[in-house]
Amino acid sequence: MITMKNITKSYEMGTQVVHALKGVDLHIDKGEFVAIMGPSGSGKSTLMNVIGCLDVPTSGSYMLNGTDVSTLHDDDQARIRNKEIGFVFQQFNLLPRTSALKQVALPLMYAGVSRSERNQRARQALEKVGLGDRVDHRPDELSGGQQQRVAIARALAGEPAIILADEPTGALDTQTGNEILTLFQEFNRQGITIVMITHDPEVAEKAQRTIWLRDGLVVEN
Amino acid sequence: MNLTESFLTALDSINANKLRSVLTMLGVIIGVAAVIALLAIGNGFSASITEDITSLGTNLISISTDRDNSNGYEALSLDDVAALANPLNAPAVAEVAASVQGNRLVTFGGQSTQTSVAGVTANYLTINNLDSFQLGDGLTQTDLDTKARVAVLGAVIASDLFGDTFPIGQSVKINGVSYEVIGVMVESGGGIGGNTDDNVYIPLTTAQARLYTDRTRTGQKAVSSISAQAASSESVEEAVTQITETLRRQHNLGVGDEDDFFIFDQSTLLETAGTVTAALTAFLGAIAGISLVVGGIGIMNIMLVSVTERTREIGVRKAIGALKRDILAQFLLESLVLSLLGGVIGIVLGWAVAVVAGNLLEVNTVIDPATVALSAGFAAAVGLIFGIYPAWRAASLRPIEALRYE
Ligand SMILES: Nc1ncnc2c1ncn2[C@@H]1O[C@H](COP(=O)(O)OP(=O)(O)O)[C@@H](O)[C@H]1O
Ligand SMILES: [Mg+2]
Repeated sequence: MITMKNITKSYEMGTQVVHALKGVDLHIDKGEFVAIMGPSGSGKSTLMNVIGCLDVPTSGSYMLNGTDVSTLHDDDQARIRNKEIGFVFQQFNLLPRTSALKQVALPLMYAGVSRSERNQRARQALEKVGLGDRVDHRPDELSGGQQQRVAIARALAGEPAIILADEPTGALDTQTGNEILTLFQEFNRQGITIVMITHDPEVAEKAQRTIWLRDGLVVEN
Repeated sequence: MNLTESFLTALDSINANKLRSVLTMLGVIIGVAAVIALLAIGNGFSASITEDITSLGTNLISISTDRDNSNGYEALSLDDVAALANPLNAPAVAEVAASVQGNRLVTFGGQSTQTSVAGVTANYLTINNLDSFQLGDGLTQTDLDTKARVAVLGAVIASDLFGDTFPIGQSVKINGVSYEVIGVMVESGGGIGGNTDDNVYIPLTTAQARLYTDRTRTGQKAVSSISAQAASSESVEEAVTQITETLRRQHNLGVGDEDDFFIFDQSTLLETAGTVTAALTAFLGAIAGISLVVGGIGIMNIMLVSVTERTREIGVRKAIGALKRDILAQFLLESLVLSLLGGVIGIVLGWAVAVVAGNLLEVNTVIDPATVALSAGFAAAVGLIFGIYPAWRAASLRPIEALRYE
C-alpha cells in the first residue's frame, strides 16, 4: 500500500538547511495498524505529511496504491487526499463556528457527493464515533475528546483506505485518549490501514507494529 | 465541486462569521452611501442655483452705469433707451425697459420706512418677472404719459406699512408727496436676483420729475439702468454686441475710449454660478472620495486581520481534498456577495440620506447613475481584491504550510 524508497526532506531556513528526513525506506501493507515513534524532532510529522501528500519530499520515490505520488500536481494530490486518506491532527484542525455535521460532510462535498447523501453519511460517521447526539454542535461547544472524535468522523466519512494520525491523543487525557485508540482499533478491524504517530510507548502498544525514527532515519522496523 | 456548492459554502461562511461579514459590508456601505448622498446634495444645489438664474429669463440683459467713468454725470438716458428700442440699431433686442432708483422715505399713517423707490417704464415689471400681483395691478403706459402719482408695492413693505388695512386706493407719502397704491406684488422671497419685496415702483416719468432729477453730461434726463430683452436666448450674444455699438455711438465714444456702461447678461451669471457650484461639487466629491477610501481601508483591515484564521481554514479544506479552484470560487463568491449586498445597502442608505438632507436643505437632490455605478464599483472592487488576494495566496500554499501559518 505504502512504499517509500530513500525519501529525503530538507527545509531551508535562511542560510541553514535542516535535513528532517535523510533517506527513509518504508513499507506498510494494506490493513496494517502501524505506530511511528521517535524522539521529538526526529522527523515523525514530516514523514506523516509526506505520506499524506500534504507536503512533497525533496527526493526519493513514494508509491501509494501503485501510483508514484511524489511527482503529482497539486490538484491531483488533493484528489488523492480526498479519496484515499483521512487525517487526524493533534490540534484537531476543525473549522471554527461550523457544526459537527458540516465539518464531517466537508470531504464528501469536495468529492462531489450530493447534499442529502453526504449529510446522511456524515451523520453515520458521527454515530460511529459516538457523537450521534452532537451533530449540530460547534467546536467551541464540544470537549477536546469530542472535538477529536469529530475530526476522526471527518477522516472516516470519505471511506479512506488510510487514516493518518499525528499524535491524536497528545492533547487529551489518558482515558479520553484510550477511547480514541479503541476507535482506531475498531476501524482497523474493518480493514482501514492506520498509521499513527506517537511518542508514548503505551499508545504505540495498541498498534500491531512500531517503526522507530531517529534523526530523520528509520532505525528499527 | 460545482458553482451552487461553492455559493452555498460561501453563504455558510458568511453566516458563520457574522461579525466579520458585517464589518466588511460596513466599509462598503459607508463608502457608497457617502458618495451618493454628498454628490446628490452637491448636484441638487447646482441644479437649484442654475434654475434660479434661468427663471430670471436667460435672454435678459442688464445695462448699468458707473459715475466715475462719466466725470460725475450719469451715462444712461432716455435717448439711449429709445435708441436701443429702435430695430435699426439693435434688431436682436426685442424689448427695452428702464429704471431710475434710489432710497427714499415712504410713509403711511404713523408708519414710515426708508426703502428703495424705483421709477420704471410700464414694461419693466413684465421683463423682470415682477408682474404677479396679489392685489390690484401694475403700471400702465397712461400712468407714464400722465406722470401719474401711483405706486406698486412689494409684498413685505405693503404689509409693514398697512398691516390689516386694505392698501389699494390708499395714499402713501414718498418724500412728502402722496401716491395712490394701485397694486401689491406677490412675495418673491428674494433669490438670486435680489429681494424686491421691500421695493416701491412708480412711473419713470413721475420719478424723473419729482425724485431723481439727475442729468447726463449732454443734459438728458438720466436713468440708472436699462433692461433689454433679446429676441431669443440664442441671440443674447448678438444683442450684447449691438447694444454696445449703439451705446458707444450714442455716447460719442472714440476708438480708444473705454465703455461708460456695464453690460451684464445671464450667461455671465451662469458662468460664475457654474464655477461656484463646480467647486462645491468637487469639494463634496473629495469628501465622498475620502469616505470611500476610508471604507476601503476598513474592508482591507478586516480581510487582512482574518488572514491567519482563514489561511488555517484553507489549509484544513485543502488537507481534506479541496482543489485550488474550490477555494478561490468560495472566497470570490463570498467577497462578491458581501460587496454587492453592501453596495445595495449603501445605495439605498445614500439615497435615503440624500432625500432627507434634500428636505432639510430644501434642494432637489439629484442622484446621478454614474456616481452610483462608480462608487458601488469601487467598493466592490476593493472588497473583491482584499477578499480574494489573501485567499489566492493561501490557496497557493502547500496544505501543510497553510495549516502551520502563524
Ligand atoms: N516547516 C519547517 N521549516 C523548517 N524546519 C522544519 C519545518 N518542519 C519541521 N522542521 C524541522 O524538521 C525537523 C523534524 O521535525 P518534525 O517532523 O516536526 O519532528 P517530530 O514531529 O518528530 O517532532 C525538526 O528539526 C524541525 O525543526
Ligand atoms: Mg511532530
